[in-house]
Amino acid sequence: MSVLVSNLSKYYGDAKAVDDISFEVHSGEILGFLGPNGAGKTTTMRIITSYHSPSSGTIKVEGRDVLTESLEVRKLVGYLPEQNPLYLDMNVLEYLEYAAQLQGVTKTMIPQRMREMVGVCGLGDMKHKDIGQLSKGYRQRVGLAAAMIHDPRVLILDEPTSGLDPNQIVEIRSLIQDLGKQKTVVLSTHILPEVQATCDRVVIINRGKIVADGPIADLQRNLHGGEKIVLEIEVPDGQSFDMVSVQVKNIPAIATVSLIDERNGVKRFSVETTQAIDIRRDLFQLCVQKGWGLLELHREQTSLEDIFRQLTSNSAR
Amino acid sequence: MNLNNIKSILRKELRSFFNSPVAYIVIIVYLILLGWFFTSNLFVYNLATLRTVFEMTPFLLLFFAPAMTMRLISEEKKSGTLELLITKPITESEIITGKFLAAWTLYFFTLLPTLSYYITLTILGSLDTGSVIGGYLGLLLVGAVFLAVSVFGSSVTENQVVAFIISLFIVFILFMLDKVLFYLPTSVATILEYISIDYHFSNIARGVIDSRDIIYYASAVGLSLYFATAVLQKRRWA
Repeated sequence: MSVLVSNLSKYYGDAKAVDDISFEVHSGEILGFLGPNGAGKTTTMRIITSYHSPSSGTIKVEGRDVLTESLEVRKLVGYLPEQNPLYLDMNVLEYLEYAAQLQGVTKTMIPQRMREMVGVCGLGDMKHKDIGQLSKGYRQRVGLAAAMIHDPRVLILDEPTSGLDPNQIVEIRSLIQDLGKQKTVVLSTHILPEVQATCDRVVIINRGKIVADGPIADLQRNLHGGEKIVLEIEVPDGQSFDMVSVQVKNIPAIATVSLIDERNGVKRFSVETTQAIDIRRDLFQLCVQKGWGLLELHREQTSLEDIFRQLTSNSAR
Repeated sequence: MNLNNIKSILRKELRSFFNSPVAYIVIIVYLILLGWFFTSNLFVYNLATLRTVFEMTPFLLLFFAPAMTMRLISEEKKSGTLELLITKPITESEIITGKFLAAWTLYFFTLLPTLSYYITLTILGSLDTGSVIGGYLGLLLVGAVFLAVSVFGSSVTENQVVAFIISLFIVFILFMLDKVLFYLPTSVATILEYISIDYHFSNIARGVIDSRDIIYYASAVGLSLYFATAVLQKRRWA
């Protein structure tokens, strides 16, 4: 277990920023940490990286406690804070050297690590420029390079792609995916396609509480408890949708049948079940029995957007 | 305390002093002001003395110390780089110590050119070398206190101007304390006298190096840096 958060709470005065959350990150995993703004993502990451201290609960990174072995934990972790703060008056190499020194990289290793990071993050042309002159995309790479300068086992990235253009986002994302092969990565974001593109697993947090934790595919399946199937059928003239709907509802465990579209006798509608059972066979049999032309039949995947919105707005009150 | 960490911070801060106009402005303005006092004494009154250097420097430092240190921590707070620093395997006291030493080093380089006055005067007349050494030692110690207090001033705010004003306010009180003693009863006066910076300085500037004065300076610096460290640590529990 690479990062183990148990019963973590954090208060700012009376306000509860993080409320008794527990989750774990396995070694070599890319974990997406999702939530609306102000949900507690940054607070949690700041506690893992020793910037804040927990009000209660414990966090262990590679088996070391963030409170009692804080310096050890900070050596193991590479951190890219939100907004990517940098010293704008330093040039790229100076800054990487400074970061390496502070991370305790041995003197003889520093030039080699700097070369490697400049290579990995594609900073070759920019290495002698002041950070203040760089574009946002390059600054983000400098931030990432500095976060990884000591070859940390755990990388904590707080909104690593915020403020980048679509091309830069793709670049940074693929960089993170490459890194994720050898490292444990915790990545916070509120950009959902990013999670789908990069993460193995997601933890969704809302108002300081964890509302979902699991691989994306599991979340999509489990959210409703039931399944959603979309059908498109051609029925003989004169049969209305209500008549079709009554027939469909005879199948056990059907919750709702709702029309999506109707054109030239072709009816497109969705069927939701109350339990996670596969009723596609029953639907097919029904069509054969009634002589309906089955044009389409597929299981609908709940998109991550739907999951996110449902989880983070349901529990809002 | 990890010396390598302190050294890294010190080197970085010195580089940013000398990469920006700050260091040059401080050194040039200080030398111009001091040079005016020094030469007017030399040519108008025909006195071969470094007394003006030793008397004027603490006064100029009232403004220079807060100006040199005002951005040291407040700027890191404002730009968010403090978060980078704090989350590195380095303690708050190492950060504060490194930054203080950087400011003190810059101050040392500011004083250095005034040695040319000493050289000029030894050529022109006879100087009491003992009191000159004492005077410079005193200046370094007074500077250390002013700078340490100003580092604390910079740690409590993210606004450079506010940091400057807070630091100026504290060092001004420390500086003025022994100048208002006539108005106070003796019992209070002796305590205030001990706290005042100038009282201890005048001892050392006469060439008398007393352990009580050294202890005063060391504890004033230590206390200021301790408070600055505490301010940074408090953030973790915010």
